[in-house]
Amino acid sequence: MWQELYTELRPHGLEIVTVALDTGGITAARPWIEAASPMHPSLVDEAHVVGELFGVTNVPSGVWIDEDGMIVRPPETSYPRRPDFLDAPIPDDLTPERRERVEVVRKLRIDAELYVEALRDWVREGARSRYALSPDEVIRRSRPRPVAEAEAAAYFELGKHLHLAGRREDAVRCFREAYRRQPDNWTYKRQAWNLLLPGESPLEVYGGDWMTDVRRTGAENYYPPLDM
Amino acid sequence: MILETLRIDPAELERRTGWAIKPEGACKDDRCVPLPGAETGLLDVQMLAERLGMPLIHDEPSGLWCLGPEAGGKALSSARAPDLALPDATGREFRLSSLRGRKVLLAAWASW
Repeated sequence: MWQELYTELRPHGLEIVTVALDTGGITAARPWIEAASPMHPSLVDEAHVVGELFGVTNVPSGVWIDEDGMIVRPPETSYPRRPDFLDAPIPDDLTPERRERVEVVRKLRIDAELYVEALRDWVREGARSRYALSPDEVIRRSRPRPVAEAEAAAYFELGKHLHLAGRREDAVRCFREAYRRQPDNWTYKRQAWNLLLPGESPLEVYGGDWMTDVRRTGAENYYPPLDM
Repeated sequence: MILETLRIDPAELERRTGWAIKPEGACKDDRCVPLPGAETGLLDVQMLAERLGMPLIHDEPSGLWCLGPEAGGKALSSARAPDLALPDATGREFRLSSLRGRKVLLAAWASW
């Protein structure tokens, strides 16, 4: 996904590191990584530590870090180009369910052009770029972490640990606790839904699935607007 | 972090949470929290959780504990990037700090 921009911007000083938030580990991420055959480091994060350390709650999310190791933009929606699904035509012969999904996906708020232009500006201008934020502004914009969300992080980590130990029912119980405490954390819930067995329904096990939850929050809130 | 007992090695605590145990207490970035009565050697996790505002949850069936991140502030308590260390696609550990001196875009994605 990022290889093209990496080729363009690396000669000008930008490194790109991708992190796959995948409790299924390299087995889950490998097909995508191999298809993209990236030259940049492609890391695998089974425990979603970038969620805990940086406050990532949805993907794709990008964080900018300067030459001194200072974050100059906290996590925000980062598409390297306008995704095809935003402009996908709606065929006439779709089932109502499929049609609703296509319509919802087209309503997601993604401004890839603005994001990539800002990234190019920062690579060119460095600290002078208007897109490079001060340390105080980075902290101010970073996601608040009330007690319930800190607990959600602990329950998610425990769920992941139990899942990988083969204790699926106990894992589900922990993922439910994480979900209840932080219902808008898409990385937790989409990961938990993804770990279900074929035939198991996210709606039955967790009381939610992608369409149900997007309907609840509104497609326009799935990705918060970029504040560049 | 997952724990089997309520005693933790300070080096492990620092590696996983960024909190370093120093004579003045538990320190992260430019903040230090005094730990009265903290002995040398293994630390009492319940005391740490309380002092640092971290949730400590217990899973009865497995007997495991999990210590969550500190609550009440922001996900980023400092703009200094945490030193992320994760395996790359070949299983080799990669440290974010190895790119110091270059600009970095850290791009999170998922296969699901």
